[in-house]
Amino acid sequence: MHGSFLSHRGGFWFWFALVLVLASVVAYVWHEPIGLPNGGTWLGYTLGTIAALLIVWLTLFGVRKRAYYSRIGSVKGWLSAHVYLGGSLLVVGTLHSGFQFGLNIHTLAWLLMVLVIVSGFYGGWVYWRYPNRITRNRDGMTRDLIFREIADIDRKASLIVEGLGSPADRMVISAIQLFQVGGGVWQQLGGRDRSRMMISEVRKKQKSWKRVSNSHQQRLLDELTGLLSRSTDPKEAALLQELIDLVSRKARLVKQLLKDIRLQGLMEIWLYCHIPLTLALLATLTAHIVSVFFYW
Amino acid sequence: MENRFEVVIVGSGPAGLSAAGRAAELGLSHLLLESTTHLANTIQRYQKGKHVMAEPGLLPLRSSLPFDAGSREDILAVWLKNAKKLGIKVGWNADVTAISGQRGDFVLQTRSGKSVRAKHVVLAIGLQGNPRKLGVPGEDQPFVQYQLDDPDEYQNEEIMVVGAGDSAIENALALARQNKVSLINRRDEFARAKEGNLSLLEDAIERGRIRVFFNSSLRSIEVQGNGEHRAQVSLSTGEGEVQVPVDRIIARLGAIPPRDFVESCGIQFPNKSTNAVPELTHQYESNVPGLYVIGALAGYPLIKQAMNQGYEVIEHILGRDIKPVDHGLLAKKFSGLPFGLDVEQTLEKIKNNVLCFGPVNSLRFRELILESEVHMPKAGEVIFSRNDYTNSFYSVVEGSVEVEIDEQTGKRVTIGEGQFFGEMGLISGRRRNATVYAGRYCVLVETPRRTMLRLLSSVDEVRRRIDQVFILRAIHSQFAPNANLEDLADLVNSAELRQYAPGEVLFAEGESGDELHLVRRGSLTVSRYLQGREVVLSYVPAGKYVGEMGLLGNSRRTASVRAVVPTETVVMKSEPFLALLERDPKLKAQVQTQLQARLRANASMESSSEGGELLSFLMRQGLGEATDVLLIDESLCVRCDNCETACASTHGGTSRLNREAGPSYASIHVPTSCRHCEHPHCMKDCPPDAISRNASGEVVIADNCIGCGNCESNCPYGVIQMAPIGGSQPGLWSRVLFGAEHKKVKAKDAPKRAVKCDMCANLKGGPACVRACPTGAAVRISPEQFIELVRED
Repeated sequence: MHGSFLSHRGGFWFWFALVLVLASVVAYVWHEPIGLPNGGTWLGYTLGTIAALLIVWLTLFGVRKRAYYSRIGSVKGWLSAHVYLGGSLLVVGTLHSGFQFGLNIHTLAWLLMVLVIVSGFYGGWVYWRYPNRITRNRDGMTRDLIFREIADIDRKASLIVEGLGSPADRMVISAIQLFQVGGGVWQQLGGRDRSRMMISEVRKKQKSWKRVSNSHQQRLLDELTGLLSRSTDPKEAALLQELIDLVSRKARLVKQLLKDIRLQGLMEIWLYCHIPLTLALLATLTAHIVSVFFYW
Repeated sequence: MENRFEVVIVGSGPAGLSAAGRAAELGLSHLLLESTTHLANTIQRYQKGKHVMAEPGLLPLRSSLPFDAGSREDILAVWLKNAKKLGIKVGWNADVTAISGQRGDFVLQTRSGKSVRAKHVVLAIGLQGNPRKLGVPGEDQPFVQYQLDDPDEYQNEEIMVVGAGDSAIENALALARQNKVSLINRRDEFARAKEGNLSLLEDAIERGRIRVFFNSSLRSIEVQGNGEHRAQVSLSTGEGEVQVPVDRIIARLGAIPPRDFVESCGIQFPNKSTNAVPELTHQYESNVPGLYVIGALAGYPLIKQAMNQGYEVIEHILGRDIKPVDHGLLAKKFSGLPFGLDVEQTLEKIKNNVLCFGPVNSLRFRELILESEVHMPKAGEVIFSRNDYTNSFYSVVEGSVEVEIDEQTGKRVTIGEGQFFGEMGLISGRRRNATVYAGRYCVLVETPRRTMLRLLSSVDEVRRRIDQVFILRAIHSQFAPNANLEDLADLVNSAELRQYAPGEVLFAEGESGDELHLVRRGSLTVSRYLQGREVVLSYVPAGKYVGEMGLLGNSRRTASVRAVVPTETVVMKSEPFLALLERDPKLKAQVQTQLQARLRANASMESSSEGGELLSFLMRQGLGEATDVLLIDESLCVRCDNCETACASTHGGTSRLNREAGPSYASIHVPTSCRHCEHPHCMKDCPPDAISRNASGEVVIADNCIGCGNCESNCPYGVIQMAPIGGSQPGLWSRVLFGAEHKKVKAKDAPKRAVKCDMCANLKGGPACVRACPTGAAVRISPEQFIELVRED
C-alpha cells in the first residue's frame, strides 16, 4: 500500500538508469575516436546531448512538484526517476568529457554537475533513513505538543516559585526567560542547548547575579537539588521536589526537541546546496554549450 | 365583551397571528384571543437569542406578516410591529374554555367568564400548552414539572429529568451545575439528540455530574412526608427495579394535542393514538362546520407552514378558491406525468400506490414529495450503478424496475409498482450493491436521504415496513440469490433487528450462541484474548456477517465481536438457517469457504500481534466508520508538507488537512483529514442541507453553505474548518521561482464558509495530497484495505 519512491513500479527507473549507464560505458569502450576520447566526437556529442537533456529534465522536477493539477505521472514517480536518472548522469556526463579536465568553463560545468549529484545522493540517503529516526525520536509527540507541554511546565513552575522566594524564584524565572531553542543554521544542526540562567554569587562579600549555561536544564537541576538538600522546612522541600520533577520532565522534552530540530535540519539542509548548485550548473552549462559552438 | 365577529381566532402563535393579520388586512371583523398578555407565547419562551429557522426552505411564505430566519427577539419584534400596523384586534388574558355552536353562531367561553360570539372560529392553539404527562401515579404532584424556565432557580436538589430529546438533555446539563441530576431514557441511546448535546452529556456523565438510566421508565412516585427528600421514584430498569430519591422531577416528553378540550368542541379524531391530529378538509375545516383548525394542532409544526395556513384559512372562510402555496411547485414537478390528473389527485395516487408511504399523513407526505424528484426514465436506463455512493430512496409509482443482483450472471429481479428500492444504501451508508435499470413506462419518486431519515425517525410504521423488506432482501441477496422468496419466509420471519452502541459486545469469546449477525449499518471488530490481552483480528463492515460458526454447529464462540460505531445487525436464528443450508448444499459450501478464509486470516493476524495492535489503533481513531481515509507512513514521510501545500493550492488557499496533527502508531500516522464517514456526522444538522455525498463517495460541502459552523462542531474528528471566502492564487511559475503563496482574505469579519476535504472530486487524477507526495508516504484507502495494510506493516 505504502511504497517508497526508491522502489516505485518495481524499481523501473533503477533498471532504466542502469541500462543507460551500461550502454554508455559499452559505447565508450567500443568507440575508437581519432585521437583521445573527447566531447567533440560523434559519441561525445551524443552523450553530451543526452546529459544536457537530462539536466534540463531533472531541473523540471522542481516545477512538476509544484504543478498540483498536472497529471503527467505522479510526483513519486518523478522523484524515483529523478534519483536514478540523476545518478546515471554522473557516468554519462563524465564519459562525455572523455576525462579531459582542465582549468576551464567545461570542467567547471562538470564539477558543478558532480556536486549537484553528490548532494542529491546525500538527499536520497537522508530521505531513506531519517523519517524513521524522526518518528522514533518524536515518540508519538508532535513539535507543537512538545512546545505546549514545555509552556505548561513553565507556567506551573512559575506558580510554584511564588511560594519559595529568593534565590529559587529568580533562578527558575531566569531559566524560563533565557531558555532557547532553534536559532541559525549551525545552531539547529548542532543540536546544542544554549539555554542560560542566572545564579547568585557572593564575591568579596557582595552578592551579585551571574549568567551561566543551563544546557539541558542541568544547572537549574543542580541548583534546585542543592537547595533541597539544604532545606529544613518540609513545605519548602515539597515545593522544591515538585519543581525538580517538572524541570526533569522539561529537560527530557528539550532533549527530544533539540534532536528533532537537528534531524529535521539535516534532512532539509542539503536542498540549500542542491538547488543553488543546480542553478549555477544551468548557467555554466549554457556557457559551456555556447562556447563550444562559438569556437567550433 | 358580548359581540359578534365574522371570525374569532384562538391562539396568537404563528398560525393564529397570521390568520388575524390576513383578516385585519381584508377589513374583516375579527378578534384574536390570547390566553397570556403577549403574542406568540411559545416563541416567547424559547431561550434568549435562539436562532429560529425558516424551514422548509423550498416553501414560499404566504402571510400578511413577514417571517425570515433570525433571532427570536428580531422575529417577535417584527411581528409585534406588523400586528400593530395591520390593526389586529387582540383579546388578552382570554383563555378559552369552551366552544359551542355552529357556523354562523359560535359562542366561546373564557376562563374569566366572558363570552364571545362568532360566525367562524379558527383554532390555532398549538401543542405547547399540553405537555405529555409521565403517565404514572403522582404525575401531577407540585414537584413534577413539564417545563423548566430558569435552571438556576434550583440548588442542591436531587432532580430527575425524564426524556431523551434535546430539551431533556439541555435541562439536565443546565441543572447539573448546581444539583444532583439523573436522566431517564426509555431507550438505550439518545438517538434524537443533537451531536453537540450528546458530547456535552458524555462529558457530564464521565465527570459524574449526571447519572443516566437507560432502558428505564418510571413505575411510581411516592411522596415522602418527612424524609430527607420529597419523594421516592421507583424505576424499572434493564437490571430490575431501582429506587431513586428525588426532590424534583422535570419531564420533557414532548407535547400532544390537547385532546379533551378539542373533543369538547365537537371535533373528532381519527384514532385513539395520543399523537393523532383532528381529521380536516383541505380547507382546514373540522367535522364541525365553521370550526377550522390550523398550525401545530393540525399537524403542521413548522412556523412557515403555520403562517401560510393562517393566511389560507381566512381565504377559505371567505369562500375564495385558493390553492395551497406549494401548488405551483408541485404542478411543475408533476408536469409531464402521464396520469392526466391534477396536483391533488396525483399526490393521492402516489400515496395510494406506494406501500411504504401509506402510513404518512397527507400533510407530511406533501412535504416529502415537495423535497423529492419525480422521474420518468426510458426503458433500460440506469437509475444507479453498483458501487455508486448515492443514498437516495426510490419508490416505484408505476411500471417496474429491474435490479441486477449478480454481476457475473447478470441475474435480475423485478421490483414492481408500489415497491421501493435503494433502502440498502440509505441504511448502511455504503456503496450501492446492485445496478438498477428502468423498466417500461416507469414512474419513480426519488426521495433524498435527509427527508427519508426524518420520516423514518418520526413515523414508526414506515420504518417497520421498510425494515421488513430490508431483512428479506438482505437475506436474499447475501445468502440465497437463487432461492424463491417463499423458501426464505421462515428465516425472514424469525430474523430481527438489533442495535448496538459503540463498544458494545455482540457476543463474547467462550460464550455459547448460535445466532448469525448480518451487519446492516456500522461496523464490528472481531477480537480474541491472547496471552491476557485482547487482540483485534479483523474488521467487519456493513454488508458482511459474523457468527456463522455458531450456526454451522460449533456453538462455543471462538472470538468476541464488538460494535465500533453505532451498529445495527439483522440477527438470524440457527434453525431456519440450517434448514436453508440443508436445502442448498452449494450455499453451505460457500458459507464454509468464507468461514475458512476468515479463520485463516485470523490465524495469520494472531501470528503478528503488532498487526492486531495497529488495527485496534485504527479503530480507536474512529476509522471504523470511515469510507476513505488518508494515512501517512511516517517511515517514508520527509515532512516536506507538499501534501498540505498541494491541498491549499487546489482549494482556494486553505489546506483541508493537517499533516502533523493527529496520532500515530507503529509509523502509521492518521493526519487530521476527512475520512468521509458512512453516516457523516457533519450532515446531521446542516440548515441549508449543503452537505452531500457524491456518487463516487466524497462528502462535500456545496456553495450554499451559510457558514453557521454546525458541521464544524458536529464533526468528532475536527476536520472541518471555517475559512474566509476568496483570496488570490499565484501562478505556477511565481510559485516555482519566487515561492509565492496564496493571499488570504485578512479582514476579521470576512464571511466564512465551512471547508473540508472533498477528495479533489473536481480534479482529474484524484486527491492532490496523495499525488503530490514525493516519497509515497501518503495513501488514501478504504477500511476494507485495513487488513492488507496491517499485514504489510
